[in-house]
Parts: sequence; structure tokens; C-alpha cells
Amino acid sequence: MSRCNVLHIAPVALLISGVVLGGEARAEDDIYFDFSGYVSIENRWFPQTNLYKDQSRHATGFVFEPEFYFEDAEGWSFTLVPFLRYDSADSRRTHADIREAYFLLFGELGDDEWELRIGVDRVFWGVIESNHLVDIINQVDLIEHPDQEVELGQLMAHATWSGEWGVAELFVLPHHRERTFPGRDGRLRSGLIVDEDHPTYESSAEQWHTDFALRYSHNFGPFDIGVSMFDGTSREPTLIPRLEPGGFILVPHYEKIRQFGLDAQMTLETWLFKLEAIRRSGAKNLSLEEDDYAAFVVGTEYTFYSVFDSPADFGVIWEWNYDERGEDATTIFDDDLFFAIRYALNDLHDTAFFFSMMQDREHSTNVLFLEFNRRLTDQWSMVVEGLHLLNSDEKDVQADPIRRDSFLELRLDYNF
Amino acid sequence: MKTIDHCFIPRAFSWSFVFCFSLLLGLSLSMPAHAESAEEKGLRIARDADARDHGFGNYTARQTMVLRNKHGQESHRKIRVKILEVPEDGDKSLFVFDNPRDVQGTAFLVHAHKEGPDDQWLYLPALKRVKRISSSNRSGSFMGSEFAYEDMTAQDVDKFTYQYLRDEPCGDLTCFVVERVPTDKDSGYRRQLVWYDQNELRPQQIQFHDRKNAHMKTLTFEGYAQYLDRFWRANVMTMVNHITGKSTTMTWTDYQFQTNLSNRDFTKTGLKRVR
Repeated sequence: MSRCNVLHIAPVALLISGVVLGGEARAEDDIYFDFSGYVSIENRWFPQTNLYKDQSRHATGFVFEPEFYFEDAEGWSFTLVPFLRYDSADSRRTHADIREAYFLLFGELGDDEWELRIGVDRVFWGVIESNHLVDIINQVDLIEHPDQEVELGQLMAHATWSGEWGVAELFVLPHHRERTFPGRDGRLRSGLIVDEDHPTYESSAEQWHTDFALRYSHNFGPFDIGVSMFDGTSREPTLIPRLEPGGFILVPHYEKIRQFGLDAQMTLETWLFKLEAIRRSGAKNLSLEEDDYAAFVVGTEYTFYSVFDSPADFGVIWEWNYDERGEDATTIFDDDLFFAIRYALNDLHDTAFFFSMMQDREHSTNVLFLEFNRRLTDQWSMVVEGLHLLNSDEKDVQADPIRRDSFLELRLDYNF
Repeated sequence: MKTIDHCFIPRAFSWSFVFCFSLLLGLSLSMPAHAESAEEKGLRIARDADARDHGFGNYTARQTMVLRNKHGQESHRKIRVKILEVPEDGDKSLFVFDNPRDVQGTAFLVHAHKEGPDDQWLYLPALKRVKRISSSNRSGSFMGSEFAYEDMTAQDVDKFTYQYLRDEPCGDLTCFVVERVPTDKDSGYRRQLVWYDQNELRPQQIQFHDRKNAHMKTLTFEGYAQYLDRFWRANVMTMVNHITGKSTTMTWTDYQFQTNLSNRDFTKTGLKRVR
């Protein structure tokens, strides 16, 4: 890590000297600088022949995500995290983003504390593994991974006020990011291509509608609880088919919605009990009708520690996703059981296996997912991932277009 | 103590009260030499050792761990540690990982409690996610090292029962050897033997016996230095696992006591701010 201090020099020079000097000391009145990040090389193989013309059997790519951090003697800081992805198969997956570029200020307020983050940042809410139901501040960078865990940077003013009574947060979100979707050449796409370039908005201000969100969270005894409210343009688009000269395409339409969310976890010895629930109004369902709905996920996680007389841990996760719209739900989580095991060796290399299975209760579709992680050296680590769809049901309109897109991925990460 | 219970039945202004009181006084003064049991002496040593560390307030330090397997292969861990003393309850601890690089920025927050399970959260910077995790994993390995989680957090006096065993030379010093038995059912140990030097009651060595009562690990403390003219801290702690042949050397540097740390640095909001 290049931790160093440089006296009153312009940021660019500071950047360079930070990399070169890399000291560890730190004194008063200095600007403190830290440079870190990773480069990843990735290969994805799709063993089954493509369903749609122009899709490839193989994709190679890389990711570069550095992080620059500046902090002054008062503890105020600026963080910058650019992101760059290259993909050989899908030109849309080759993309860049500013994941983070924010100022962070904080201080005391009597017995309480305040914190202000201004700029582009990422925020995560929730406790569930299979789905991120409550999480809504950031747009999903879907083209990165079908698990919807990777998110685009979001411009925001994020104020926090916290004390013994809990944590209250206010988000002002002046700009909307569009969801990324695979292109014509990409695997893991819908049957019709999503026209990313011409989204439509319910708000006349289009992507510059100011959204608001509030959250209160607290932890006491075994409980960690959060309640939240979001009012603004939905992160999830309604996909509306439209006939173009070249055939049908899907046009993303972003409605104004209001969502109330609840996330809770109870931690009792080796058991975790989890709940996420939302109530959303203003969004259209799969039949393109406005449909106010509720959805929830409940789940448990149990861990056996030090199994087989070794330092290894073995975790078992069970979750149930339910969406009251049923067949009209716009996500794959309409009525799905999720079962997963996690086996962490807790060895020198942090070797870990994760295997999960998602079973639709209405359809035969089964989604299997496997992940293997191992650190190779202090700086290199490897990840193997596999996704496999079993018994695809053609009536399962969410899963059917990707029924031949099972893949195996090998990734090497260099962390600096 | 049962025999002198009757002294506290109210007998105001009676001679017997005065007699009883002076008897009690005499007993308590002469106890260490005559009446103190091995259990009482063990507890007294542990309490004394603990009391000498009261009032440190907070401190920060850097840890470097060198993990060695039985073939001599090494792996390195770098951690920044922040500790906040909490009067009347367990300490709050924050561990921030700098190395290996793939876990850089990951942070681990512990609110220890004198009674009941500790509260623990893990911050995963890649997902910006704070996860509450179970604290039942006390016997699990800390970052793949020979230190268990329960070896990393404060050794609260009330979480053991004690027995003084003997005096014994330890290096140039003389040590009290005290056996302590964890009361927590999640502990990975049947018992521990602690060598406290008689000068400053600093732990010099701890032998850990696993649940099957096999001598599993030995921890030795070296390079004690005194901070704020009061608080002793070892610079090097070496844990050797006799069963696997693996070992971990933990080196402490940059100790800073009574910094501007406060409760606010040990919350879930503070955890997301960690560098």
C-alpha cells in the first residue's frame, strides 16, 4: 500500500509521488494519500450453442478499478474510484463508470454524530443473499453480472445523523442512471434487444428528476433493523416492445415509484434469521399494467464452526422469495426457494466454496451457481464461477431466453 | 466466610459488633498468608493483573502477523487495531485489514460484553456492505493464523474460573502459574495455564489445552514496553501450535494511547468510514 504524506502539493503531483514514495508515516497538517485497487483478467466459456445469432461461445475481458483517497488533517476526505471493463464478445459490456467520487465530512453534534457524503457513491441496504429487494439507491450494472450485485455510481447528497437512538439518513438523488443490458452479441440477454440509447421516463425532467430516500436503522441486542422509503424514478425499467424497421426491440421506461422497505436480522448464536420486505407503488407489471405490490424474502443461515476437527466453517442458507404479482412479476423472484452452502476452509489462502440452487415453485426452472475462491499470493487471487440452468420451462418468461447460457468463468485478480 | 456472616446481623452499639468487626479486620489482613485457597489466590492474581490495565481509555496500534506452516512457508498479514475501553462492560475493538491485498479495507468490529454474547460486524468494502456476524465462532481461526478469535479479544476476568498452581522461574523473573478454565461453552479450550511475572503481573506465557485436554498451543510474550508510565504491552507474541506444527508471530508497532477515538468510531456508520 502506498500510504504517504506530501506537503501542500497539487493533487496530480500528489498522486504520482504517492505511488513512488509509498511511506507509512503521517504527521499533522499533511494531506494523506492512499492508492489501491485491482486489475482482473477474466474468461467466460458458454458450453452450449447460442440461442440467438451473433452470440459467442467465449468471452475474454479485463477490469481495472483503482481507488484514490485523499484525507486532510481534520479527517475530511475525497475518494475517487473509476471503473473500466473490456469484453471481447459484447461491445456493450466494454464500458467505463465512475463508481465513487465523493467528499466525506463528519463531526459531532452534542452526544450525536453527523456525516455528509457529497458526490458519486455506492450504498447498500439489506441482509438477504439471494436477492437485494430493499436495496434501491444505486442502479444495477446488470451487464457486469446477472446476480445484480454490481452497481453503478450514483450522484447524491447523503446526510447521516446518528446517536444512541439509532441512525437516520437522508438521500437527495438529483440524477438517474439507466440500467445496463447485454447487447445483441452478448449472452445472458433477453430474447429481444433492450434499446439502451432511447429510454423513456414518466417524469418530464427525465433523468434529472430529483429523487429522495430516507432510512432509519438501529441495532440492539441480537437485532439489526432498518426501515426505508424511496420516492422517485424507479431503478428497474418496464421493458416495452416496439416495432422498429429491423424488428421488435424493448424500450426501457422508467416510472415514478414510491417504495417502503424493511430489513431485519436476528443473530442468535450460530443462527441468523433474516427478513426483507417492500411495498412498491407506481410501477407496471409484466402485463404492462400499473400494479402496486408487496414482496418479501425470509431466510435463515446456520453455521457449523470448526467442522471435521479443522478450522473450516460450513454454512447452510435457506431463503424464500415471494412477490404477490406472481406470473406478472417483473423479476425472477416471484416464488422461489433458494438453498445454499458455504464452505470456508479458513486456511492461509482463504479458500472458500459457495454453491447455491434457486428453485422456482411454479416452474421447473432451476438455477445452479458455484463459486470457488482462493488467494494465490499476497496480491494474486483466483475465482472460478459456474452458472447452470436446469429444466428450463418455456413458460418461465424471465429465465427461458437464457436457458442455453450456462457458463464457466475463470478470473485472476491482481490487488494492489 | 460463612462463619462470620452473623456479624452483619444488626447489633448496633453492642460490644459484640466491635468484637466481630475487629475479628473480620484481622481475618482479612491475615488471609493471604493463611486462609486463601488456591482458587481465591488465582482469582486475586487475575483481578490484580486486570486492574493494572484499567483506565487506558483507548489505543491504536499496527499488527504484523507472520503465519508459518510446518514446511516453513510464510504468509503475511497487516492489520490496524483500535481499542476503546468501556467502563462496566467489555471493550470495543476495530480491526482493519491492509494485507493481503484482496481483503484490504475489510474491517471487523467487536462490541465485547461482560455478560451475554459479543456483537460483531464485518464491513466488506467491495459491496459496501456491513454484515452482522455470529459471535459463536470464538474458537475459529483469526485470518488463518494460529490465534483464535477468543485469543484476539480482551480476556475478561469473569469469563474464567481460576486456580493458583505454583511459583516458578520464568526467564530472569519469577512467575505465578495460574490455571484458568473458560466458562463460555463456545470456547475451544478446556483450560489454559498462564505465567504472570510477579513484578508487574504481565502474562509471559499461556499454554492452551484443547477440549480433549491435549496441550494444543503455547503463546509467549516478548519485548514488554511501558506506555504512559503505566500500561505494559508486549511487542512480539508468538503462538505455536504443537499439534499442526504451524506458528504465528504477531509483532505490534506504533502504539498510541489516549488518542481522540470515541464511541462514534465504533458504530456501524463509523465502520463504513474506516480506511
